[in-house]
This record gives sequence, C-alpha cells and structure tokens, in this order.
Amino acid sequence: MEAFTAHTGRAVPLRRSNVDTDQIIPAHWLKKVTRDGFEDGLFEAWRKDPEFVLNKPERQGASVLVAGPDFGTGSSREHAVWALQNYGFKTVVSSRFADIFRGNSLKNGLLTVVLPQETVDRLWSLVEADPDAEITVDLQDRQVRAQGITADFELDENARWRLLNGLDDISITLQNEDAIAAYESGRPAHKPSTIRA
Amino acid sequence: MGRTLAEKVWDDHVVRRAEGEPDLLFIDLHLLHEVTSPQAFDGLRKNGREVRRIDLTIATEDHNTPTLDIDKPIADPVSRVQLETLRKNCAEFGVRLHPLGDVEQGVVHVVGPQLGLTQPGTTVVCGDSHTSTHGAFGALAFGIGTSQVEHVLATQTLPLARPKTMAITIDGELPAEVTAKDLILAIIAKIGTGGGQGYILEYRGAAIEKLSMEARMTICNMSIEAGARAGMIAPDATTFDYLKGRDHAPQGEDWDAAVAYWKTLKSDEDAVFDAEVVVDAASLAPFVTWGTNPGQGAPLSANVPDPASYEDASERNAAEKALEYMGLTAGQALRDIKVDTVFVGSCTNGRIEDLRAAASVVEGRSVADGVRMLVVPGSVRVALQAMDEGLDKVFTAAGAEWRHAGCSMCLGMNPDQLAPGERSASTSNRNFEGRQGKGGRTHLVSPQVAAATAVLGHLASPADLTDATALVEA
Ligand code: SF4
Repeated sequence: MEAFTAHTGRAVPLRRSNVDTDQIIPAHWLKKVTRDGFEDGLFEAWRKDPEFVLNKPERQGASVLVAGPDFGTGSSREHAVWALQNYGFKTVVSSRFADIFRGNSLKNGLLTVVLPQETVDRLWSLVEADPDAEITVDLQDRQVRAQGITADFELDENARWRLLNGLDDISITLQNEDAIAAYESGRPAHKPSTIRA
Repeated sequence: MGRTLAEKVWDDHVVRRAEGEPDLLFIDLHLLHEVTSPQAFDGLRKNGREVRRIDLTIATEDHNTPTLDIDKPIADPVSRVQLETLRKNCAEFGVRLHPLGDVEQGVVHVVGPQLGLTQPGTTVVCGDSHTSTHGAFGALAFGIGTSQVEHVLATQTLPLARPKTMAITIDGELPAEVTAKDLILAIIAKIGTGGGQGYILEYRGAAIEKLSMEARMTICNMSIEAGARAGMIAPDATTFDYLKGRDHAPQGEDWDAAVAYWKTLKSDEDAVFDAEVVVDAASLAPFVTWGTNPGQGAPLSANVPDPASYEDASERNAAEKALEYMGLTAGQALRDIKVDTVFVGSCTNGRIEDLRAAASVVEGRSVADGVRMLVVPGSVRVALQAMDEGLDKVFTAAGAEWRHAGCSMCLGMNPDQLAPGERSASTSNRNFEGRQGKGGRTHLVSPQVAAATAVLGHLASPADLTDATALVEA
C-alpha cells in the first residue's frame, strides 16, 4: 500500500447524498479479476450526462472528491475504492461514509476524511466558485486546508499510523502467529468445519 | 455489568487485544464467491501465502451464474472468466467449492445456513455485505472487502474496531398480513439508511421470538440497508430445531456441548446498549419502497410522498432525484403503480418459506397480461424442495418462469436484468439506480406482495387480490 502523508489537489464537488456503491462502480464492472482498469466504470451511469460534474473540463485532473453525506453505502465491493483510485482520486471528503466503504478505503490508502456538513458546504462553495482552488488534506496534522478554511478531522491512531507508513495489514497480523495458534488450539470441538467428517 | 449478545460473541473470538489497537478477531467461517475473491487469491499468490484454514472456508458461485441453460457454456465471456478464476483458485488452494450445476450451489447466504455451517456464537465473514443474514442464528456475521478477504484467507483473523450495539425491540404481534420483509423495510424507513451505522443491531422482542429462521434471516439480511454491518438475533429453540441434523451441525456429545453454549448467547438483563429503538409490531402494514434507497419506503396503502414535505434539505433533494428516476409523481397512490416484472428470489427472500408464501398467493390465479414473473430459488436445495412440494408447477401454471438458483435479477451481473425504464416489484434488498439493470426501476416488496402484484399488474397485497378475485367470481 502506498503511504499517505499529505495531499494537495483540485477538487470535484459531488453534491449528492447517499451515493451508493452501485453508482460508484456498477455491478457489471465487478466481473474483472484485476485491481486496475476500473477508471472508466467510475460513476458510469452519471458520466453519460455531459453536464455531470466529473465531465466538466475544469474538473479534469482533480484528485480530491468532496462528496455528500452517506457516501459509499450499499455493497462491500472494494472495486468502488479501486475505481476512485484508478480515476486519480487520492482522498474523499464527506460528512458521513458507509462503514464498509470506509474500511476498504483506508486499507487501500484512499484517505476518507469526515468533516461536518457545514465545512463540506463551504468546500463545495469554494471549489464551485473557483475550480482552480486547491484543497490540502494533511494526515500528519489531521487537518484539511483550503482558501479561508481550516478544519481538523479525526482518524483513529492505528489507521493513521498504517496509512502514514503504508503498512499492509496481513504482515502486521502475521507477527501475532503465536497468539493465533494459541487461540486455534483452544477452540471447542463443536465449532463448524467445512470439511465433511 | 452484563454484556450484550454481540459483545459475548465478540469477546469469545478475541485472539489479541492491545491498547490503542483494533482487536484481532478469530473467524470461524469464511464464505467465498466469484466476485470479491479473485484479487484476494492473487494477493496470496504474489506473497507466497497459503489459505490458513481450508476447513473453515467454503466457496460457491452465485452472482454471475445464469438461471437458464446452465448446462451450456456461459455466454458472457467476462462472467465466464470470473467463474473459471474461482474454480482455478479453489483447486489451487484446496478450497471446497460448489460450482454451478452442483447440488449445494446457490446464493452464498442461503448455502451457509442450509448446510448447517452457520451456527450460533460463530464469527462469519464473506466478501459480500449481505453476510449480515447469518446473524439470524446469533452469529456475528458481516461483509468484508477484498483486502479483508485476503487477510482472512491468510490469517483466519481480522483486526477490527469494536462497534457499538443497538437494540431494536419489536414489541407485540405482527398483524396477519405483515411479513418479516415489511418489518425490516419499516425499520429502515424509521431509522434511515445511515441509522445503524457503526452499530451491531440486535433484533429482539416478542414479535422476533415468534419468527421462523427464514423470516429472521430476511430481517438480519437487510441490516446493511440500515447502515449496520451486522444484525443479530439471540438463538433459541427455533434456531436449534433448524440446525439439528443438518450436514455440518454438531452431533452427539458435540451437539449437547454446543447447545449448552448456545443457550448462554443472549444479552444479559442488565446489559446496556449504546442505542435503542422500539417498534410496535401491531402498527405495521405491508410496506413497499417508492425511491432509490431502501429507506425510501412507505406502507402500501400510502401515496408517493411529496419531496417538499421533507425538512432536511439533503433528504428532500434525494426524494426529488428518486421520483425523477423512478418516473413517479408525488401524491400518486402506491397501489396505482404498474409493474412490468416481478422478481421473487435473492438472499433476502429466496428461501423455501418465501417460495411457499408466493406460491400460495398465485395458486389458481394467473400472472397479469404483460407482466413477467421470475421465480428464482436461492439455492439448488431450495429448488429441489420446492419441486418436491410442487411449487414449481404452481408458478408455471400461473404463467411465471421457474428458474435455476442464483442471485439472478437481484443485481445486474448475469443475464436476468431489467431493460431501461422497466419497473419491477422485487423481493430483493436494493432499489438503487440501475441495480437490476441499467435504467431499471425497483420497488422492494415481500414475497406475498410480489405475488399479488404479479397477479394484478400493479403494487398490491394478497388482501387486494381476494377482493378482485371475489369480484371476478361474482
Ligand atoms: S442475492 Fe443479491 S444481495 Fe444476495 S448475495 Fe446475491 S447479489 Fe448479493
């Protein structure tokens, strides 16, 4: 996983609430067996509309998505995160993320930042008025900065440490091999097994 | 202080706990399917890792599988590659797989319980958000992303932050025509699609205790639609009876030990939940959705709401967008909404009891002209049992299509899809834009409402049908 310390970029204001994972990446894209190449599937249905914000020339190359509340609801598909990353987004800001989506994003190094809706509103106003306005998401200081806006955000220390260092979970867990083996040896005999006796 | 059911199961699976870190939880059962696993197996291969516990892992094929002509090669080459990839991966890593054509194949959340693998007090994960279904057994069950699938394959554990708990108490008795589906749709409409976020829900109360396992699974299944990763119901005699004698249920002494443990799995009297919601069962009625998220629902007898009636700006905005997408107007009676397609199936309502309920409504009647009704059993086992009971004949006699098991029209990944603008009454769980096919419009309903809707051609409950039939006879 790529480490994330701070990122500065132009933004896409996505004024919609409840953007579900079927909108982020429609189901037919889930047939791919790789982790890349999902950029064209991102918001596929909406992108057919030339007026959709992602299609606007001034939003090309933007890397910060400022989204409405309840972003990422619906399925557990990690493809939603990959699609955002493949497209070029480094971070998503919203007042509320769906749990699984949030977990998936942090595991893949896509920083999801929770800010109060009023701050999101101000970011929207700013970047709508000035498409060149840049937003800085600073994980080191846990702060979002843009012209006239400074907002602190929270992220638990463990998730932050992993992101800052680009650490992958599996290798961290495998350091606890002894604890896992000890747990396994104490499991009751009645627990289910998928192998037929 | 006492503990909640969720806390008990959680505590029993902690491999490692350290200050400031998520708990490392042991996973008892890992279910796999073709969509969310290929990149995980790839990760194992890249790092030279094995599947740690093939005896706690099982795979099936469901999302991409066709429900017709299953003996022919799969037409869509991309779907075919995904299924072939799962087969290759399972063979390479030694994972038990039930592929298309196998008698144990079916929607992953129907397969686990029917094999008796889903048991009280276990932790169950799957790269699929509707893993919450398994919570009906008093299991702690939740959907995970592909990175976590890889993590579980490699370590049989997951680092997880402990969620909060929410009690949803359903007091009283459900009226005769009200099903588990109506109940959960009403709960989601009440607490909202984000209401359960960060919580493990525990459904409890007199109305829940009376429900069958199938009905409990319907409820837990849609916990995710309320924003919660997991929903649970304390196991009881209904649970034990359901499990007894199933393929992978414990036997002999193990059974006794298991039941003794299972009986301890309920929230203590003095347990404190972080949040509580109370619903009066008697106040409920058949419920349908009108919008594009599962929280946008109303009693069938109601009208399409006026977006202007919402105080919250983002809700108002969402309602406006939903009505536009759904092609509905505010104030229109929900009962007047005509449908093109009726889908009975999915991990929400594709079990034997659901098929029985739908069959009892269409028996001796016919599907309305111009309406297509698809009945898709959740698994091959469910299909076989239904055929044993003659339900397939009831459906086909009424003019419905009887299909092979799979996810089918629940999502647009296989050939069963809505055409743009087409409208469905669907027993599935998501009415998102395009969920059942590009431009398709979905109304979530119970199997009973689905069946009555198929007969009348517009959203309806079995009660409407009796009237109509009586009229015809008179
Ligand atoms: S039936 Fe639908 S919700 Fe259930 S696993 Fe299949 S696609 Fe997902």
